[in-house]
Amino acid sequence: MDKLLLLGDEALAQGALDAGLSGAYGYPGTPSTEIFEYVQYSEEAAERNVHRTWSANEKTAMEEALGMSYTGKRAMVTMKHVGLNVAADPFVNSGITGTNGGLIVAVADDPSMHSSQNEQDSRHYGRFALVPVFEPSNQQEAYDMTFDAFALSEKYKTPVVMRLVTRLSHSRAGIFRTDQLQENDIKLPENPNQFVLLPAFARENYKNLVEKQKILEKESEESKYNVYHDGKDKSLGIIACGLGYNYVKENHVEAECEYPILKICQYPLPRKMITRMIDECDEVLIVEDGMPVVEEWLRGYMDNSLNIKGRMDGTLPRVGELDPAKLRTALGLEPHPVKKIPEIVKGRPPELCKGCPHRDSYLALNEAMKQYGKGHVFADIGCYTLGFLAPFHAINSCVDMGASISMAVGASDAGLFPSIAVIGDSTFGHSGMTPLLDAVNSKSNVVVFILDNSIVAMTGMQDSAVTGKIEEICKGVGVEKEHVRVINPLKPHHEENVRIIQDEINYNGVSVIIPRRPCIHIASKLRKQK
Amino acid sequence: MKKDIILAGVGGQGILSIATIIGYAVVESDLHLKQAEVHGMSQRGGAVESHLRISDKEIHSDLVAQGRSDMIISVEPMESLRYFPYLKHDGWLITNITPFVNIPNYPEMEQLLNEIRGHKNSIVIDGDAIAKEIGSPRSMNMVVLGAASPFLEIPFEMLEDGIRAVFGRKGEDIVQKNLDALNRGRDFTEKYIQK
Repeated sequence: MDKLLLLGDEALAQGALDAGLSGAYGYPGTPSTEIFEYVQYSEEAAERNVHRTWSANEKTAMEEALGMSYTGKRAMVTMKHVGLNVAADPFVNSGITGTNGGLIVAVADDPSMHSSQNEQDSRHYGRFALVPVFEPSNQQEAYDMTFDAFALSEKYKTPVVMRLVTRLSHSRAGIFRTDQLQENDIKLPENPNQFVLLPAFARENYKNLVEKQKILEKESEESKYNVYHDGKDKSLGIIACGLGYNYVKENHVEAECEYPILKICQYPLPRKMITRMIDECDEVLIVEDGMPVVEEWLRGYMDNSLNIKGRMDGTLPRVGELDPAKLRTALGLEPHPVKKIPEIVKGRPPELCKGCPHRDSYLALNEAMKQYGKGHVFADIGCYTLGFLAPFHAINSCVDMGASISMAVGASDAGLFPSIAVIGDSTFGHSGMTPLLDAVNSKSNVVVFILDNSIVAMTGMQDSAVTGKIEEICKGVGVEKEHVRVINPLKPHHEENVRIIQDEINYNGVSVIIPRRPCIHIASKLRKQK
Repeated sequence: MKKDIILAGVGGQGILSIATIIGYAVVESDLHLKQAEVHGMSQRGGAVESHLRISDKEIHSDLVAQGRSDMIISVEPMESLRYFPYLKHDGWLITNITPFVNIPNYPEMEQLLNEIRGHKNSIVIDGDAIAKEIGSPRSMNMVVLGAASPFLEIPFEMLEDGIRAVFGRKGEDIVQKNLDALNRGRDFTEKYIQK
């Protein structure tokens, strides 16, 4: 058998390919990016001509994947947790339409926010949309589950969420491959109403979806990924979800755990297994990486029926990712002796690279803004968010993809002058075009910087959807062509750049300034291509 | 056999190459491996770490538990100390000594050396100087890996094979320089232990 050393992300991707994937769709976002990239660079995927071009954003990716599922072929869409907010509309409705070909929604959550704005838990979305969720506890399961996820999806005509967390996405281990499945042929849905969510059909579909939950729960009861390990000491039972299971096991390497452990890696929750644990044990500890999702469900709003411990009563910390030491404390085991970090060790935050074009853009912007004081610059999601840190201190917001432009519009409406937006090229393609249209329509007095480094840099050099198209897009949505200005963010052009920025601040209307210079990580490659 | 290792450095210094080469060597043997690494925002000149776990039995957690690491392998002196809470009382601290200074409040070298040498099992090597000597400044990370190799309990030849596999497509010259770097690092530690 083939043994491969793969990241959790890559194991999932290899699994999807081996389980007959015909199309991968996605938008880059840490920690999910490597799922898509693995398909993108796979020789097999190229031979089979599996679709593997990045989409403009998670919403279009989700819809494209749903379109492939409609034809009867197997599709996967990949994104980070906050990307599912962007894709929420098609995702929730894909539960109502259901699927035809198997559909996996692979979402990577980021507990502890290593590279994110929040630590929302995608299992909430699964329940919200009444869609089953698989949550692998290791790399081999990430591989194996894709087969089961496609099978479940095709059997019950439902999308299936594969929920990863950073520690699994970005951790490598050896995995074994199994026999490969053929891709599906095109076979359109038997019921012509299935994908037509007119109210009359939607009501019918929704009723069926609610009905379907019973059988999905039964699937969870019988799943090989949900396992009840009995134990003789019933003073405590442990419900361990996904990666949480590993941290429990890690603390019982020398001696077998004497408490019953219920490992849960498939949702909806296996009700009978949970009932058994609650009936048999005096107390139940719930271990889950991310938000206390299962804990909240079991406690209920009134929280007066069960003796449950977990993140909500302080047995485990309420926020942040789990680790073996946190579990050790929660299990009442003696902590390992720990040395302190010497006081001389100082923080070393990330920074813009030496030679990064954003450095020159911020130097010019800061100089042009000097006379207006602080608090005027709305930024976005990408490397340039690091412009908040020393030595630039150039920006005042970072909220979600595209929010720089929309927030600048709102602030300008309120009378803030100047009102500046700073957004990257790929982020502009993702969610910046529509707020720019708003700005034009409401004749907002804003200056929008589109920092064009011709790549998605922060997530590791993925193609940007708008390379070579930015000026035309801006003019196309109605920005006057005299106020679409391209500048070269380099030291020799500094004075000129400051002057152009000042001119555009003084123009009463929508201006777009495009500082254009490739990311230093691709600059040499681009030179060679020329 | 069980080794829990923390790899430490600054984004861009090559700790992931160290992880990849050890990973290659381990997978070629019949050992289990888990290696958790940092991607995304932290890679931009910030502190980076990788947790590497090797065992002849099944490994559960992707993360090393605090207080349980057998060794810290660091390509930067201040970063070697950042992960002290992971290191066992008698674990090994193997670190490059050339500082990577990109913050204004970087500590004095003497203070750093005091802390590092205050830990009883420590190897301090000038990986940058050795890498320059062999004409390959970018191979500093392989010097440091070589210095850690006597503690790894993985056959040295397998690390060499790992270098050939990882650097092979960059040409024989690069492979040879990295093999030299690995050997020089190992020689340094072996001499140090014999003293």
